[in-house]
Amino acid sequence: MHELSLADAVVAIARDHARGRRVTSVEVKVGALRQVVPDALVFAFELVAAGTNVEGAELEIEHVPARVRCARCDLESDVKAFPLACDRCRGLDVEITGGDELLVESIELDEEPLTVASSRR
Amino acid sequence: MDVAVHRTKVRIVEGVLDANDTIARANRGDFDRAGVTVVNLMSAPGAGKTSLLESMLADLGVRVGVLEGDVQGSVDADRIAGHHVPVTQINTDPGFGGECHLDANMVRSALPSVPLEAIELLVIENVGNLVCPAEFRVGEDYRVMVSAVTEGEDKPLKYPLMFRTADLVLVNKIDLLPHLTFDLDRFLYHLEAVNPRVERIFVSARTGEGVEDWCDWLRRAATRVRVRA
Repeated sequence: MHELSLADAVVAIARDHARGRRVTSVEVKVGALRQVVPDALVFAFELVAAGTNVEGAELEIEHVPARVRCARCDLESDVKAFPLACDRCRGLDVEITGGDELLVESIELDEEPLTVASSRR
Repeated sequence: MDVAVHRTKVRIVEGVLDANDTIARANRGDFDRAGVTVVNLMSAPGAGKTSLLESMLADLGVRVGVLEGDVQGSVDADRIAGHHVPVTQINTDPGFGGECHLDANMVRSALPSVPLEAIELLVIENVGNLVCPAEFRVGEDYRVMVSAVTEGEDKPLKYPLMFRTADLVLVNKIDLLPHLTFDLDRFLYHLEAVNPRVERIFVSARTGEGVEDWCDWLRRAATRVRVRA
C-alpha cells in the first residue's frame, strides 16, 4: 500500500519543520489526478506518527480539482473526468495546471508552554 | 500561575515526493554522465515485462544492462542472466514488509553494482503493479508500460496515472486475440482518452510479432541526444 510510503514522507516533512515541538495538525493538498485514497492516507499517517511528536495530529486533506489550460483557445478550466479536455473547445492539447499536487501545505505546532505573569511581588 | 499554550501555523509547501525526486535527479545525473539511457518498464503482474525484455536482448545491437525489481527472489534476474547481460536484482521485502514499487532510493542503492560505463541502455524492470510505480520517479528517461490484451480493454480508465505517464505502451500477447473477447478498438479509445497520441506497439513476446518494432524504439531511445537542462 503506497499510502504508507507517502505517509512516511508526510510525517518526515512535518517533523523536519517542527524540530521537536508537538504537531497538532498537518494540512496536505492532494490533487484529483493523484492516486491517493484519503482514508488509507489518514490510517497510514496515524500508524507512522505513533510514538513521535506528530502522534495525535489531525491530517487535514484538501482536494484540488484537475485543471487544464487549452493550447488552442487558452481557456483554463476544471476537469472532472478523463479525457482531460478543454471545457470550451473539447481540445485534447492541454497543459495540466492543477490536480497533480501532493504537498504538505502547512503544520500547526504547540510552542513551549508560556508562563503568564502572575501578580507576584 | 496560568499556563497558556501558544499555537503556531508554519507554512511549508513541500512536495511529499520531493525527497524521492531529489534522489531521482541524482540518479539521472549519474546516468547522464555515463551516457546511459534509462527505461522504467512497468505493468501489472504477469503482463509480460520479463518476456518482452528477453525477446529483445538477442538482436538489439545496443549494450544493455537490466535492474530487476521484485518483492522477493531472483527469478526474473536469473532469466535475464541466461542472456549474458549484466543484471542486478533489487528485492523490496526489506522495506515495509514488501514495498510494491521501486523508488529512487532503492535504485540508487543498487547503482554501485550496475556497470554503467559498459552499457548504453539500462532497463529497470519495476515491480508488477499498475498503481504505485507510476508515482515514483527513479531517474528514468522513458517510461514504458506493458498492457496485455488478456487484461481487458478498461485498464486505461482504471489506472489513468500509469497510462498517462507512459511514453510507450506495449500491447502484448496479441497472439491470443482469436481466443479472447478483447475489443482492441475500445482499448485504444480509452487509451486516447487518458494519453492522447501516445506511441503504442502491438507485440507478442511468444511469437515475436512486433518485437522488431520494440527493438527499433529502444535503439532510437538509446541513441537519441538528450537535451541537458
